[in-house]
Amino acid sequence: MLAFVLRRLAQSIFVMLAVSLIAFSLFRFVGDPIAQMVGQETSIEDQENIRERLGLNDPLTTQYVRFVSNLSQAEFGYSYRTRQPVSEMILSRLPATLELGAISLVISLIVGIPAGIYTALKRGFLSNALLVATLVGISIPTFVIGIFLIYLFGVSLGWLPTFGRGQTVALGWWQTNFLTVSGWKALILPGVTLGVYQLTLTMRLVRAEMQEVLKTDYIKFATARGINYRSLYLNHAFRNTLVPVVTIIGLQLGGIIAFSIVTESVFQWPGMGLLFLESIRYVDIPVMSVYLVLIALMFVVINLVVDLLYFAIDPRVRLRGSHD
Amino acid sequence: MINAWLRWSRENELAYLFFRNPVAIVAAIIAILCIGGAVLSPWLAATDPYDIASLDIMDSLIPPAWSESGDARFFIGTDDQGRDLLSAILYGTRLSLLVGFLAITFASVLGVTVGLMAGYFGGRFDAIMMRIADIQLSLPAILTALLVDGIAKGLLPRGQHDNLMIVVLTVAIGLSLWVNFARTVRATTFVERNKEYVQSCEIMGMHPFRIMFTHILPNIMGPILVILTVDLAVAVLLEATLSFLGVGVPANQPSLGTLIRIGTEYMFSGEWWIVIFPSAMLILMIISINVLGDFLRDALNPRMR
Amino acid sequence: MTQLLAISNLSVKFPTRFGVFDALEGVSLDVNAGEIHGLVGESGAGKSTVGSAVMGLLQSPGYVASGEIRFTGRNLVGLDSDDYHRLRGDRISMIFQDPQTSLNPLLTIATQMIETIRQHRKVDVHTARQQAINLLKETGLNDVDTRIDDYPHQFSGGMRQRVVIALALCTEPDLIIADEPTTALDVSVQKQILDLIRTLCTARNIGIILITHDIGVINEITDRVTVLRAGRVVESGTTEAVLGSPAEPYTKALMAAVPRLDKRLERFKNIIDDEPTELDDTHWKVEGASAGYATDWLLTNNERAHTSDALPSVSERPAILSIQDLEVTFGASGLGWFNRSHGVKALSGVSLQVMPGEVLGIVGESGSGKSTLAKAIVGLVNPSAGRMTFRDSELPPGRQRTRAHPSRREIQMVFQDPYSSLNNRKTVEHIISEPIQFYGLTDNESQTRKLVASVLELVGMPQRAMVKYPHQFSGGQRQRVAVARALVARPEFLICDEPTSALDVSIQAQILNLLKDLQQTFGLSILFISHNLAVIRQMADRVVVLQNGQLVETAGTESFFNSPQESYSQLLLRETPSLTF
Repeated sequence: MLAFVLRRLAQSIFVMLAVSLIAFSLFRFVGDPIAQMVGQETSIEDQENIRERLGLNDPLTTQYVRFVSNLSQAEFGYSYRTRQPVSEMILSRLPATLELGAISLVISLIVGIPAGIYTALKRGFLSNALLVATLVGISIPTFVIGIFLIYLFGVSLGWLPTFGRGQTVALGWWQTNFLTVSGWKALILPGVTLGVYQLTLTMRLVRAEMQEVLKTDYIKFATARGINYRSLYLNHAFRNTLVPVVTIIGLQLGGIIAFSIVTESVFQWPGMGLLFLESIRYVDIPVMSVYLVLIALMFVVINLVVDLLYFAIDPRVRLRGSHD
Repeated sequence: MINAWLRWSRENELAYLFFRNPVAIVAAIIAILCIGGAVLSPWLAATDPYDIASLDIMDSLIPPAWSESGDARFFIGTDDQGRDLLSAILYGTRLSLLVGFLAITFASVLGVTVGLMAGYFGGRFDAIMMRIADIQLSLPAILTALLVDGIAKGLLPRGQHDNLMIVVLTVAIGLSLWVNFARTVRATTFVERNKEYVQSCEIMGMHPFRIMFTHILPNIMGPILVILTVDLAVAVLLEATLSFLGVGVPANQPSLGTLIRIGTEYMFSGEWWIVIFPSAMLILMIISINVLGDFLRDALNPRMR
Repeated sequence: MTQLLAISNLSVKFPTRFGVFDALEGVSLDVNAGEIHGLVGESGAGKSTVGSAVMGLLQSPGYVASGEIRFTGRNLVGLDSDDYHRLRGDRISMIFQDPQTSLNPLLTIATQMIETIRQHRKVDVHTARQQAINLLKETGLNDVDTRIDDYPHQFSGGMRQRVVIALALCTEPDLIIADEPTTALDVSVQKQILDLIRTLCTARNIGIILITHDIGVINEITDRVTVLRAGRVVESGTTEAVLGSPAEPYTKALMAAVPRLDKRLERFKNIIDDEPTELDDTHWKVEGASAGYATDWLLTNNERAHTSDALPSVSERPAILSIQDLEVTFGASGLGWFNRSHGVKALSGVSLQVMPGEVLGIVGESGSGKSTLAKAIVGLVNPSAGRMTFRDSELPPGRQRTRAHPSRREIQMVFQDPYSSLNNRKTVEHIISEPIQFYGLTDNESQTRKLVASVLELVGMPQRAMVKYPHQFSGGQRQRVAVARALVARPEFLICDEPTSALDVSIQAQILNLLKDLQQTFGLSILFISHNLAVIRQMADRVVVLQNGQLVETAGTESFFNSPQESYSQLLLRETPSLTF
């Protein structure tokens, strides 16, 4: 098991280095960092001085090593646009995105998994209706869902706020939505908007995997032994779908982070996605590259967690690992 | 002629299942209408929405023809620039589909080639390509697309950027989708590779590329076709999303996403048609493509029958 | 004896797009307590459908159209689905074919057994566990007290099948349906499992329906047997009567097609006619094409044909293929499948020779390395040590063999699975003409076309087959196409890797006859690989026995079957179920 984890860790580090290389190239080659930092009136000599001071004349490998070591110490540099430290900007936006993502993940799992199991087992009106709903669900762009939810619940009915986080409570540096009524209300529409697409994906996946597992010999054998249907479907069948389901849910988390860009834009939700969008609009390279590295880091961590979950789920992985 | 066609549909499993599936037929008709309308838009549309000279600001924000203050010239109304919305939608659909098709062509050629080689050769090439795919996967589609767009913005001079936007969008969307092809093709190639018909080619001493492209490829067309369809929907969706976010096509050549973004600004003040009609068009198109994708997936999956 | 199960006039229908398919028509049979009733037939006979119908688990959209299934007097047809489910496992249970797939991989043996016991009996966990332990002991599992908490994948195939049997016995059912319970197992394990089933049947007075395609198995353990064909009962009675003096022509033909372990036949005679073919149009011909044309073409430019008369007897000629100390190690590179530092030896120290015009049989169980040997010869795997000489020159191993190496044409192969060995996206004409064109054996297109049609006729297929695709043919027909493809390369040496193990016995007999004919006509040297000793006896001049990658015994066929020298060979011969009639 240790060997397995170590191998995975090595792969993760490789991925992180590769992504940081992309981020570094972004930083170094897209536009001139000096020209972005100083005004037009700064003389060439002064620019050269700054260049020398910042080490931009060093060999590229040295620069890359410095870039990576800065990143690993959370030294993210300064935004071209606001002149603020990037770490501060990200830190102030991080909680909003994570809370939004968490809510939509919960929505997608709580609704998606039971609905997926149901549609795999039962045929009939409800099942068909759910299937049609998922097809519509994956076909409507996130932003259109957001717009219509705003129009319906925000503008027409006036029940829910249509932009921003509402009132938040500070827990240290972390601003949370979860402790006020207004915060919860503000979460509902963006949470649903972001959750719908993931929900349909979860449901379709669980359904497909369940259908596969239900065709296996061990389910037929368990049926032939008269195991009651509840245990047959949940304990025997659903458990066997968990490895692929967990894998895809891991990938979906990334999807949630990515689509939060859209949702945050529609609802003016002050999260990292909105920050990223602004930084693209103004070619704010430091923010872009740090965002990129952070997203990759999240992904790598999620993948590691997924791999560890395999150990909990599947004895074949667990026992093979222990023999190594 | 008709007899031959009937015999073909009887012998051809896919055709048989298709003509038994009214939902798939309807979806196919809608998809064909969308594509046909898009391709023929220069001839179908009443006005050229890209021709700024022909626009009259006095015509802006006219509601659909059937409402009180409507204008018979503009059947479903106009946008804020005074463009005929119907023409704008036709042209916008054309742009969306063009980007979509170009992007999946790019993604499929890249992905299928990499997937075939990784699945066939295995070993180091496979390991390296799959690591690269992992990195690509850790940057979700929309993020990759935004990033490529951001880089292009930084690298290209201002004026050029708008002109090259379609290329940038194609590359951005294509890059984020090739992994889907590569992974599926790799997995299916891996299965095919161990089948005896491939071994018999290897024993003969056939060149690996000939085995891959003339023997394995025809046998894995099913899954590729499914991904092509599903990813066409994803590509159109991505293009619309990028345009909605304001990083896609330039505003003087509105795609469906751009129209929806413009429409959102006017939605609250009662000009609902600018957002409704392009959204409906987009959703209809994507649903019909997705229905076809689902149909293909079920029809081509032997285990589901 | 008490009658447990009485099936009368059972008909099962499956609606399909081509109309309603009658899976079973008017099938009647009965099973008594303490008796094993065999159901035998070829694929498509409806054997498994009988089992599913009794279990009430017919696959959708199949349904029982008419007839009765009386179990201890109660008609199961039309039984409420909840009542049926309570019956399953409790009174009727089932054993599946493949122990690799019939156990839930995520649950321990203990969990699966205790759950089954407690599903049907009101006992506490502790008692249930004790019952499970006793059952596993009864089925012959070792170290039950500790191993009961293991997961299925920690057991070998034979042990897993014992677990499956214990699970089926959990609630002491009266009737067990065993669907090909030993087909996935090696001969030596098969015998043990069959013995176990027999013992349990007698000791516990259980009625067993044993479904199998293997007449040897039927002969070995059943009391009574029912022969099925295309959903109908052909013949039914005591095993001795049906197999000893079959009344129906079909049963006779079936028996005649079974390769005998005790004697060698020149040809299989009196076998069942070829399956009905869709290729009714036998008048469709390519101009000038005939089996004779193919024979002439294959014999011209053929050194064997020109010189064979002048050559001395077999033993004095140099070997066509000779292998010395061949060793194949898998996964040693670290980049392989399991990332193990030390590899698995699939073959070690194997030396053998094949004489011109000789059929050398290679026999062994799964994991013996017999297919690896074939792959090493054709260059698909890289040997880690050893030498191969083919036609007096060194045969470069694995990747060192160039694509243009002459042996690529001279050595051809016929594979096991005709469903995967032909590319489904190409026409038969394309499949057969590919080697002709690849090796440049003909001058023009029309000659190629004529040759393809002729070779098809030579292997017993209508010429029109060339315009069809492989999926339009049955397994036996596909295997004929595969043989034709190997033949048109004008090989000196043919490797047949289990060429009939995916086929029904009657088809197997046809293919074996075909191979025998071709071997005699063209004087081919053949390496014939099989796990089936009886088939080897029919085909081979000499026999090589492999076990765990090592050569155990080499001997002439007759002397091997009459007096095997090594104990492993004796064991194999003893454990192979065979016909004694």
